[in-house]
Amino acid sequence: MSDRGAGGDDHVAGGDDHVAGGDDHVAGGDDHVAGVTNVVLAGLGGQGVIKASDILADAALRAGFDVKKAEVHGMSQRGGSVTSDVRFGARVLSPMVPRGEADFLVVLAASEVEVARPLLRPGGVLLPPDLVPESALPNKRSLNVALLGALSEYLDIPAETLLAAVRAALPERLHAVNERAFELGRSLAADHDVA
Amino acid sequence: MDRQLLSGDEAVALAALHAGVALGTGYPGTPSTEILERFSELGGRAQWAPNEKVALEVGLGAAFGNARTLVTMKHVGLNVAADPLFTSAYTGVNGALIVVTADDPGMSSSQNEQDNRRYAVAAALPMIEPADSQEAYDFFFAAVEMSERWNIPVLYRMTTRVCHSKSVVVAGSTDGRAAGGGAASAHAPRTPQGAPAPHFEHDISGRVMIPANARPAHRRLRAKLAEIAAWGESDEAAALNHVEPGSGGHGTGTRHSLGIIASGVSCLHAAEAAPGAPILKIGLVNPLPVGRARAFAASVDRVVVVEEGDPVIADSLRAVGIALESKPEMYRFGELDVARVRRILAGDTSPEPVPARGKPPELCPACPYHTVYGTLRKHDCIVAGDIGCYTLGVLPPYQAMDTCVAMGASIGVGLGLRHVLPPDEARRVVSVIGDSTFVHSGISGLVEMAYNPPATGHVVLILDNGTTAMTGQQEHAGTGRTLDHLPTNKLSIEDVARAVGIGSVTVIDPYADPEGFERLLLERLAAPELSVIVARRPCVLAAADIRKWEQQAADFRAQAAPQAAFDLPLEAQ
Repeated sequence: MSDRGAGGDDHVAGGDDHVAGGDDHVAGGDDHVAGVTNVVLAGLGGQGVIKASDILADAALRAGFDVKKAEVHGMSQRGGSVTSDVRFGARVLSPMVPRGEADFLVVLAASEVEVARPLLRPGGVLLPPDLVPESALPNKRSLNVALLGALSEYLDIPAETLLAAVRAALPERLHAVNERAFELGRSLAADHDVA
Repeated sequence: MDRQLLSGDEAVALAALHAGVALGTGYPGTPSTEILERFSELGGRAQWAPNEKVALEVGLGAAFGNARTLVTMKHVGLNVAADPLFTSAYTGVNGALIVVTADDPGMSSSQNEQDNRRYAVAAALPMIEPADSQEAYDFFFAAVEMSERWNIPVLYRMTTRVCHSKSVVVAGSTDGRAAGGGAASAHAPRTPQGAPAPHFEHDISGRVMIPANARPAHRRLRAKLAEIAAWGESDEAAALNHVEPGSGGHGTGTRHSLGIIASGVSCLHAAEAAPGAPILKIGLVNPLPVGRARAFAASVDRVVVVEEGDPVIADSLRAVGIALESKPEMYRFGELDVARVRRILAGDTSPEPVPARGKPPELCPACPYHTVYGTLRKHDCIVAGDIGCYTLGVLPPYQAMDTCVAMGASIGVGLGLRHVLPPDEARRVVSVIGDSTFVHSGISGLVEMAYNPPATGHVVLILDNGTTAMTGQQEHAGTGRTLDHLPTNKLSIEDVARAVGIGSVTVIDPYADPEGFERLLLERLAAPELSVIVARRPCVLAAADIRKWEQQAADFRAQAAPQAAFDLPLEAQ
């Protein structure tokens, strides 16, 4: 479990009580804003990186967190490298995860693992594409959702909330296949070596 | 209160809807494109213009007619619209006119990283800059109020990160902090009164800018700007300009060693990089709240201006005698982020870590224009290129582009090369331009070509993939469909080319007939004539949608009355 898994239930209550946290920053020294979880998703254009980060951000919103999400559109849509940052917690300031401060790095393309690795903080959790064997996926296109399932093992967002966000983001005919992918990723993460 | 996760672009669209904007117009350009698309989805009236100049002129006319109007473009689009922009500052407006300029520091998808805060200074127009989506929503109302109070167009500056980042928005809130939005919305401005009803009043001396009218108009403009500057110092402007206390608590008797002056997304990077430091957060970036800045600077031991791009705020405040530190020159280039702001605050000018190079973008594998670039490369053509997906022809394996400067520039640049190069080189020059770019500003290039033909002739290759592909498949006048994909009059590229006097105009599908395309290109290059080749094949990403919209359009036409305006000159193919 990440050491910045946010402060648990008081953040999840929703409504007004968790936003007052503007002042609980660590005054200098610590590089992190207290209680913010940093996730970077990486892959290639067309793999569903942005879709996955939309789902994750929506789930964080549903769970009552402040949330910000950043990526660069444009040329990256043409098959190039894509990364998307999702930050959530009591109060998020900059929309971008500072380099080397991602708590979680989710990578959808093998070729992007080493490219993206410097974004991860020491001790952060890498979830690489080979965590979920392609042969085990109900549909090759659902790797993004499978890796979200794996990520859900680590987050202070209930799996059911993430699944609700998955369903909200996809047409109904894709729900069953993506729910299976999500559960597959979740079960595989339970055995994953965190290093 | 409903919490929504919106991009800055989406937040502006929602605000425009809630503010009663009667018309949104613009030209697609990353990162501004989604504003009008979302405005249309929400039920607003939105339309694409052929280019930013026309968009601003349409917007200005609507605002003369007392309607609230939104005009959107990317930063380089404001160059195209600059002519009407500068004089619209003199004429002023009746209904609000909000002009969004979406800047792209770091050039994620642009040909330069010009800082359009300079335009606000040059045109003497107020400029408002939000930091996140909540502010993009809230500040829009402040912009509308300002525009109608002073009868002046307002520039609304966003940047790539603000346009495309998603964050929580509580719409219609005057206290977003309590409702879970961003902190700045605690100062959210109030919603303006209901939108005015469009009507026209003659004001010849105010709107006809002959010198006799323009001279007093310039003085009126400067007087308005002085009033806005005074307003920017007042408590009324606290929504835009205020001090965020930082964790130490500013103004509580503690004197801080460090204070930061920032605007836009830089405020958020700074708040994270230096959580203890008070920040003078500037939302009205022109005219700057010089008095507030002076008082703020006096209240801290050391003040650092944190801003992306040019040192606009730092230079302006220094010019009025405020002692401050600005970023080292190396941080003029590219976006800022938390790490870079930490370095700025530490005065660190050591080399920055170079991010690993990921996979560059490329022409889609099934793009119909692989053939075209293969042919251009094979024959060692000198290619004056243009702006769009097809600019990717510059990358390996083709590297078949020699210039790319501005929208529509391919034709003029190609002609210039033809005029001066020795004939054997001149005959290899080809101008390559896309369909949307041709409609945007290629047509006048074609007029120039017919008017001042080079001795060797010239070849313009128009890659017509039936959409504005690079920005995400927007419609344009040449597709025959409006922003929301409904049928309208269709501009025929080949008819325009013939009408301006181009002798040889040929349409070909280079994907279906690559050998025919190669033969045609070589034949036209060899002929000392003016040639336009329209290489027509739909974008592979858009093809399915285009078929769907064509079907919708056919159904629509079948239902519509035969005298409907769009039904008269429909496509003549």
